Amino acid sequence: MEPLLSVNKLRKAFGGLVAVRDVSFEIPQGSIMGLIGPNGSGKTTVLNLITAELSADSGSVTFQGKEILGLQSYQVCRSKIARTFQLVRVLPHMTTRENVMLGRMFGSDPTTPTEAEHEADVLLKRVGMAGRADLFASQLTYIDQKRIELARALATRPQLLLLDEWLAGLNPTELRIGIDLISQIRREGITIVMIEHVMEAIRALCDRCVVLNAGEKIAEGTAQSVLSDPEVMHAYLGVDDAAA
Amino acid sequence: MLENIKKAPYATALIVLGTVVLAFVPMFVSGYIMSVFILLFANVALATAWSFFSGATRYISLATAAFFGIGIYVLAVAHVYVPIPIALAAAAGIGFLVALVIGLSTLRLRGVYFVVFTFGLTELIHQVLNWWEIKINRTVSRYIFTDISNVSIYETLLAITVVTIVGSWFVSRSRLGFALRAIGEDETVARHAGINTTLVKVICFALSASVMALVGAVLALRYPYIDASIAFNNTWSFQVLIAALLGGPGRVWGPMIGAVPLVLLSEFLAGSFPHHFSIALGLCFVVIVYFLPGGITRLVLRLYHSWHAQYMRKEAH
Repeated sequence: MEPLLSVNKLRKAFGGLVAVRDVSFEIPQGSIMGLIGPNGSGKTTVLNLITAELSADSGSVTFQGKEILGLQSYQVCRSKIARTFQLVRVLPHMTTRENVMLGRMFGSDPTTPTEAEHEADVLLKRVGMAGRADLFASQLTYIDQKRIELARALATRPQLLLLDEWLAGLNPTELRIGIDLISQIRREGITIVMIEHVMEAIRALCDRCVVLNAGEKIAEGTAQSVLSDPEVMHAYLGVDDAAA
Repeated sequence: MLENIKKAPYATALIVLGTVVLAFVPMFVSGYIMSVFILLFANVALATAWSFFSGATRYISLATAAFFGIGIYVLAVAHVYVPIPIALAAAAGIGFLVALVIGLSTLRLRGVYFVVFTFGLTELIHQVLNWWEIKINRTVSRYIFTDISNVSIYETLLAITVVTIVGSWFVSRSRLGFALRAIGEDETVARHAGINTTLVKVICFALSASVMALVGAVLALRYPYIDASIAFNNTWSFQVLIAALLGGPGRVWGPMIGAVPLVLLSEFLAGSFPHHFSIALGLCFVVIVYFLPGGITRLVLRLYHSWHAQYMRKEAH
């Protein structure tokens, strides 16, 4: 079957620093792929290139068979790719409900404010935010802001969801809820790419993982296999510690 | 549209009643009072138009004087050749087009860069026009001869002001208004949620500019003589910004609430202390920044909410 998203020799340099060096991978429809690697390895840059937050130097990204490199961010969103941000981003002086309505009103299947309002409430309930719809986003805790970010992304009606460390900073209970939520989203047929450092979540959720180090793909495979790959251990822990 | 009217019956009634009452004012007042009203309308329309774009998106523009001046010049040139209504329409149209071009090239600047750019832009247009007039047209000024009465100017400006406020109100409740607010909150999020932010910004910037140019053109009918320094006077940019901030740029009514006292104050100062106006404007600015960050509207809303909370507590006992 044709992959939902395929990334081909994607490259991005900032001055002399090559942040993403000819990275290629494919994501089958309905799967969860983990994008992992040490800090600064280029994971978020890959996400930013796919969603046109940054423009790539070369390479291609095809989604449902169509080239999406060269589209603008809003067009990427409308073609059914949604994302969250590593440092949580909400509309601080708008209510929780309005934050989610935004996605529904302007995403891939735009609708009227009235309908968006109704659906925002349904989504908020789903991410465990029922009853907080009228609070301003700035009044919410970090975790709750992450929840409305997810609800906003889902409100755009994506087929591909890009999560940038969405599970980071959760306590063990919240982590379990978060993992359940993500697998539930997958069961609905939404394909997911997640940048993550929480190994528990990677093992529980990811069908496959791509490992980046210093902008290059150094391994790809099941979570089990890449995490025991010596080169991946070197990248994370340094050569000496990995050997010990 | 009807839905909005039903949702806000008091506001609608207030607008209709206010407009009717104001429309009859010229029959009862002196020429001086009428000219104060004209100034009031002009400032309210400018501040509302400014806030429509800059208040929502937080792209703070100091180009009000640029578009206002363009309106003045278009009228001064065009009124010789075409009927006044067409000259006014041309002013609005040219203001729109100039803003469209400027918007496309500069709305990627954010924060202080955008502020400085718009300030510089006004000066650039001012100087280029001045050079053009002197070198090409061999003149430094233009005369405006019309037989338009002050009452006509009054009624025209009243109509423009009402349309600007009502239009801005409708947009604020529409999808476009929602998009503008989202851009002001976090443009990156807006972009990644499917909003064509460039299109929204450029269109709204141009709409706002066309109102500014139109107001300039109407006011020009009162000036017998104009030159580039009169047309592109930066005081307009600052006064409009301060009026909008004083009232509270987050709400449609805010700029109006801020513009009225500011114009009355400046009228008083111009009469009694002609050289102290800038100082008063500066003081206003300091007071707003320190004590009224959300403007008068937010202060009133906060007082109302705390009163309401107290009232509810008393009721509960």
